[in-house]
Amino acid sequence: MGRPEASDRMSIDLTQDFFTLFGLPRRFDIDEAKLDHAWHELQSQVHPDRHAHLSDLEKRRSMQWATRVNEGFRTLKKPLPRASYLLELAGIDAALETNTAMSPEFLMEQMEWREAVEEARQAGEVDELEQLHQRLRLHSREVLESLSQELDEAHDYVAAADTVRRLMFIEKLQHEIDDALEALET
Amino acid sequence: MALLQIAEPGMSTEPHKHRLAVGIDLGTTNSLVATVRNSIAVCLADESGRSMLPSIVHYRADGSIDVGQSAVLAQASDPRNTIVSVKRFMGRGLKDVAHVETMPYDFEDSPGMVRLRTVQGVKSPVEVSAEILRVLRLRAEASLGGALDGAVITVPAYFDDAQRQATKDAARLAGLDVLRLLNEPTAAAVAYGLDNAAEGVYAVYDLGGGTFDLSILKLSRGVFEVLSTNGDAALGGDDFDHRLFCWALETSKQSPLSSSDSRRLQIKAREAKEQLTICEEAPIHLKLASGDEINLVITREKFAELTAHLVQKTLGPVRKALRDAGLGPEDIKGVVMVGGATRMPHIQRAVASYFGQEPLTNLDPDKVVALGAAMQANALVGNRKTEDDDWLLLDVIPLSLGLETMGGLVEKVVPRNATLPIARAQEFTTFKDGQTAMAFHVVQGERELVSDCRSLARFELRGIPPMVAGAARIRVAFQVDADGLLSVSAREMSSGVEASVLVKPSYGLSDDEIAGMLQAGVERAGDDMAARALREQQVEADRVIEATEQALAKDGALLDATERAHIDEVLAALRRLRDGDDHRAIKTGIDALARATDEFAARRMDSSIRSALTGHKIDEISV
Repeated sequence: MGRPEASDRMSIDLTQDFFTLFGLPRRFDIDEAKLDHAWHELQSQVHPDRHAHLSDLEKRRSMQWATRVNEGFRTLKKPLPRASYLLELAGIDAALETNTAMSPEFLMEQMEWREAVEEARQAGEVDELEQLHQRLRLHSREVLESLSQELDEAHDYVAAADTVRRLMFIEKLQHEIDDALEALET
Repeated sequence: MALLQIAEPGMSTEPHKHRLAVGIDLGTTNSLVATVRNSIAVCLADESGRSMLPSIVHYRADGSIDVGQSAVLAQASDPRNTIVSVKRFMGRGLKDVAHVETMPYDFEDSPGMVRLRTVQGVKSPVEVSAEILRVLRLRAEASLGGALDGAVITVPAYFDDAQRQATKDAARLAGLDVLRLLNEPTAAAVAYGLDNAAEGVYAVYDLGGGTFDLSILKLSRGVFEVLSTNGDAALGGDDFDHRLFCWALETSKQSPLSSSDSRRLQIKAREAKEQLTICEEAPIHLKLASGDEINLVITREKFAELTAHLVQKTLGPVRKALRDAGLGPEDIKGVVMVGGATRMPHIQRAVASYFGQEPLTNLDPDKVVALGAAMQANALVGNRKTEDDDWLLLDVIPLSLGLETMGGLVEKVVPRNATLPIARAQEFTTFKDGQTAMAFHVVQGERELVSDCRSLARFELRGIPPMVAGAARIRVAFQVDADGLLSVSAREMSSGVEASVLVKPSYGLSDDEIAGMLQAGVERAGDDMAARALREQQVEADRVIEATEQALAKDGALLDATERAHIDEVLAALRRLRDGDDHRAIKTGIDALARATDEFAARRMDSSIRSALTGHKIDEISV
């Protein structure tokens, strides 16, 4: 039965941060091709398929490593988790789940978006939903640009934390549109 | 790639030690076994030269069991005891199985998985599948001239945890050492990709006898990365047969048929469907037990019309998979067709029209999965010889995993299409003062309501120290391994008191039941349990000894003299035990060696990671 001390002992490097693990500079703007490449190379070493002929212990360790590498990849691949992770590394607790003290303008804007999505959903207007999706994507691109400026240039983590929270709202909305589209299709 | 030369954990340094490994395609209609011989993947045939084994099991009243070709005729003469398409029942309850009313079986709806009452007693689908796998194992052993070191078994990519677990249990029951469960479309992509040195984004459209999968893969420099997968685990060629069967019944205005007539008409329907692949029309002619006759002709056009909704049904998963991958049909470089059902001309037309290109049909859709599985088995067992054999599969989980929360809603913990292996944890808390236990319900599926998802496991965490509501922190961790199989654990964090429970969902079959079936199977085969246990441990000991020797030869420098002496000593002890006849002692020796090399293995892994990154950087500088 998985003794915790055993798994801790073998994990000398499990604590190193994901940017180091993937050999990337600790920045928000990353070279995606490089990330993909490093991910493939790391998995070439640690993936359970590489250790399938070895002992159970080695298989288990390989699974832990490969899991860690995949977690790192998922964290760095998408902008939102990458930004949250950078904040975490900078010691900023963005309190992402609870701190919802957003500016009234932003909340107003969100409510308008939400109403538009809900109306289109109820009316079954696929085209309208697709358009909202497109507009939202353009909007989120702008937000990502300011995030990159705040994190990589100004190093203003407090402002970045606020932008990250805004981005979370936007992503949630995007998921809702996706779900609505999927529901209408089936 | 410089990196792959630095450390090759999957490559054998002793090429003369060829291990026997097979890939098995356990299909709804037919099953196959393949192996890599002289660097070429080949399907293994039976003594009459047939490589496809019909997935049919006949339980005879005299206690014998026929599998495959010899069971084909019994379909009509003894339908109740002749199980066809058993894959449709794997990990499924009675309510999940379509067309039960036209099936001639005597079902028993036991919790979890449906069972079948036969003349030889109640059989679980796992046991029936194990009969098929056993025949393939014996065929492979006879053909390769020895006991197998391991097998890769393929499963539909869209199989959920319960269906995967059931498949793995069946393999275990059949005496196979499962190296990996491999998704069928991924296996096909390996066979296709390696044969054609393909690069780019491909779709695999896999319509088998009873299952449909659509996977999108990115092939680049020896890496097969599954971007997304979708499908329908209860849609296949069988449904096309069934449609034709129903049409024949309606058109001929026959009252409900006897099970024997019904089965014979189903066979006729399937034959007609196959004939339509080559001809414009096909006859359906059957003389019933009553003396009445069914005499019909079906045209290609009519058949396409009857089954148009089934073809449409496959396009839903195609759209979803593309959307999950963030791609459109125009981004797909080629569409690989897999499964006998893709021979139907109107399927090929529909796929061509959706993707705007002719699908790739230059490989045998019946064999490609088994061949890909054989290639992967060969690599996993450690038979890789050169860098050219070197590739990596990165597969995904097809369906989200979650936990039931208040109000019968699902809280997703692991999202679908996440690359395996993956671990995810979620924290929960108590909602009553002094609460000391918490119940968890693990489900799989995309729907919001628990009742619409598949229930995988229920468990309780007990011994939570009494606290005020909301103070306990219970961390539930999901781990999905490279086979796509889930284990779940829960732990109370805030008090420092540990109470954890591990769940391995084993749908319907308990470990005790499996052990019992294994025993029964072994007795029937006249096999000696102890001899088999000894052989298994010796194989494992050889494997571990060889792996350790290789590691020492390559990375011995990572150890100081004392550490090296200790490992050498334990290694020598295991070599002595291996030649004895006590399987338990060998097991103890293997465990001892594992413990002794634990730290060494950690250092090696660490150093290979460093090399990976160093290699990477050197690469970059030299460019």
